[in-house]
Amino acid sequence: MDQDILYWVWLGSLSNITLRKKYKLLQTFGSPYDIWHASKNELLKNQSVSPEMAAILSDRNIKELTKRKLEDLYVRKIKILPLKNSNYPACLKEIYDPPIVLYVMGELLDDELCLAVVGSRNATEYGRNMAEKISYELAINGFTITSGMARGIDSSAHIGALRANGRTIAVLGCGLDMVYPHENKELMEIISKNGAVISEYVTGTNPLPANFPARNRIISGLSIGVTVIEANERSGSLITANIALEQGRDVFAVPGNADSNNSLGTNRLIKEGARLVTGVDDILEELKFSQPGILESKENLKEISQSKVLRGLTGEERIIAEKLTDGKIQIDALADKCNLSMQLINSTLVIMELKGIVEQLPGKIFGLKI
Amino acid sequence: MLSKIKSCGLIGIDGYILEVETDISNGMPVFEIVGLADIAVKESKERVRSAIKNSGLEFPVRRITINLSPANIKKEGSSFDLPIALGILTATEQIVNGALDKYMFIGELSLDGEIKPVHGILPMAIAALKEGMEYLVLPAANADEAAVVKGLRILPVKNITEVILHLNGEKQLDEYTIDINELFKNKTEYEIDFADVKGQDNVKRALEVAASGAHNCIMIGSPGSGKSMVAKRLPTILPAMSFEEALEVTKIHSIAGMLPSNTSLVTTRPFRSPHHTISDVSLVGGGKYPKPGEISLAHYGVLFLDELPEFSKEALEVLRQPLEDGMVNISRVNASLSYPAKTMLLCAANPCKCGNFLDPSKQCTCTPKQVQQYLGRLSGPLLDRIDIHIEVASVKYKDLESTKDEEKSSEIRERVNRARKIQLERYKGLRIYSNSQLQPSMMNKYCRLDEDCRQLLKNAFEKLGLSARAHNRILKVSRTIADIEQSEDIKQRHIAEAIQYRSLDRKFWAG
Repeated sequence: MDQDILYWVWLGSLSNITLRKKYKLLQTFGSPYDIWHASKNELLKNQSVSPEMAAILSDRNIKELTKRKLEDLYVRKIKILPLKNSNYPACLKEIYDPPIVLYVMGELLDDELCLAVVGSRNATEYGRNMAEKISYELAINGFTITSGMARGIDSSAHIGALRANGRTIAVLGCGLDMVYPHENKELMEIISKNGAVISEYVTGTNPLPANFPARNRIISGLSIGVTVIEANERSGSLITANIALEQGRDVFAVPGNADSNNSLGTNRLIKEGARLVTGVDDILEELKFSQPGILESKENLKEISQSKVLRGLTGEERIIAEKLTDGKIQIDALADKCNLSMQLINSTLVIMELKGIVEQLPGKIFGLKI
Repeated sequence: MLSKIKSCGLIGIDGYILEVETDISNGMPVFEIVGLADIAVKESKERVRSAIKNSGLEFPVRRITINLSPANIKKEGSSFDLPIALGILTATEQIVNGALDKYMFIGELSLDGEIKPVHGILPMAIAALKEGMEYLVLPAANADEAAVVKGLRILPVKNITEVILHLNGEKQLDEYTIDINELFKNKTEYEIDFADVKGQDNVKRALEVAASGAHNCIMIGSPGSGKSMVAKRLPTILPAMSFEEALEVTKIHSIAGMLPSNTSLVTTRPFRSPHHTISDVSLVGGGKYPKPGEISLAHYGVLFLDELPEFSKEALEVLRQPLEDGMVNISRVNASLSYPAKTMLLCAANPCKCGNFLDPSKQCTCTPKQVQQYLGRLSGPLLDRIDIHIEVASVKYKDLESTKDEEKSSEIRERVNRARKIQLERYKGLRIYSNSQLQPSMMNKYCRLDEDCRQLLKNAFEKLGLSARAHNRILKVSRTIADIEQSEDIKQRHIAEAIQYRSLDRKFWAG
């Protein structure tokens, strides 16, 4: 397998060959190993392989370089996920142009449900607040927040998820050895410990402008929906939104002032039919209709609240949440069931209410929210 | 012939020394009382005349002028009968003792010369001691009450003959004393206990917090959910009364005539539960001859207003100022006086007109608007003075049957006492004694929050739709919760619990 990885890394890092062509090669030859070992003639027999391409594919220097890259990746403890690996995110695999290789710092979970929260770099205070708030609430509801770790909205989105003790994934447009933008160095470290920082680019790749639109397809590909917080008319986030639509993902947009430059893009998305979002409930409600399969694959919503929500909870919160799954209940009875003191129940319930896990009804009756 | 006898009158809850001056001169037989005396005092003429005559003494058929000095203060009540009678007897030299300077006389006469109990003995006794009196001669039924005042010789009397025999040195009266310590030991126990209440832990905890910080609270719950039952037990978890407190409470009860005879001190915290038809004057006190109202009678105790929305608007609105100041100031044409009113307000209300809004087992027949209007009747400023909102659920039959040992009042009271002690220590020299009295200016100092707490509070305001008036209330209550835990700082969990007690500020209530 180790050997295999080398060939995947090699194929993935050939920047002069388009993804389309790489898929074609894989189709023809079966595996990167076979491509690596194919002679120039064998390669050229293929209609889709041009002489230049054949030259690149059989370039020994590049192959040597790749071996050194691989060592570098091991030293940096970066995980490598080739397209055929069973740990490769399933929803990313099903998009039109999945990355050949994913480099991962941190951990990707099999069963996580991701939602993307993206927006412009030049964000307003309002935009940053909304990004943080929505990510915070989504994270509390058990979703993993994906975004691009760019300045502005993206950073706020990650921070919101982290504040909720949730998971978050940052997708970069450069190699994982680079920090771009530089001020997010610390954030990147925290994200890699509470989720993952991933990229399709091998270490040493610079943050070229062209990489970013390509990166956006991974953000939306990983997610079951994309929420655009703020975007001007030519924002990259609109590209993400478009790709998301192509990939069949839900698009959500947070409205802004009609005359605010920063919201022209999102307001247009809304006009064009994106779901208007003022709070996390809008997103959850939409997902219930559009993704019943995904949400219900976890048996039912209650189950989600158990498996996902419980993750970020403290001991008492978990006890209470578990008791509440049976239905709404009055506070005295709840205290009795949980065997917790009244003061603890009282304060824990408020905190859970603030996290959006629990709702209170008149008569001190509590139930799980969703 | 002229004589002067000392007696005592009342202003507010304090007594003042009063001199009954009697002048008997030749002329037409007239009996005149001057010195702003009201009808009950003027009527004493007839009682005095008959009492003297029926005791085998002689009532002079001459011109009698009585002056109640100082003459510019309104006098009321029947407690001057005895001093007036003695004044006449001294002026006619039927009493030969000249050294009456150290004696104070209080008592109502009946026509046969018996001496009957009067109201307000305790403040009078205190005034007597303060003014350097040595002996207090009073109705036997009031002896217990006055005997609390140490340093004064209490001489209880049954009829006017006994007084005369004593003053003429023919038969000495016995001095009356009681043991105050004994009194406190035996009489601070209540007949009811929190252990009688099954279940309702939520309510009990809330009341414990309320008691610990002397916070006003309101209970909302369906009829039959046990609001009154727990309310009655609130005094049992309040800290035991100190002697000074008991003295003050007894004074008020004594003036209002609420003190049962042969009682010396009110040693348990008062629990006043006026009916909702009460007028504003009866609630805060006043009247032509001002009397303390229910709120003053509940001084150092609990004022329980059941069915709060049914009280008249005027009655509730007049409560606002006393609740804030712990004092009722009453101004009338005749006098301006103040009664203390440091009470804990406990209210109970149904959640809606039909009462079933919160009851899961019964159907509420009110429209949403009616529900809103019902509690909406309570004015904002009044709710502003209520720190804790408690929702009381109906008790399940299962709970009623349960044999689980409920916590005793005495155990809860121990925690309450501890929390109160911390507060007394902290507010030394600030002229407040509990967290509920914290002024906004003191909050910065005593309710300081760290960043986490502030974030929590901010978050709560945004998400739970709390109204602005909740802010300071939450801080005060969380201070109390921290005190119960004996925690120096207010922690997140304290704030969170305090937020739990602001149900009425939530959006789903009319609030």
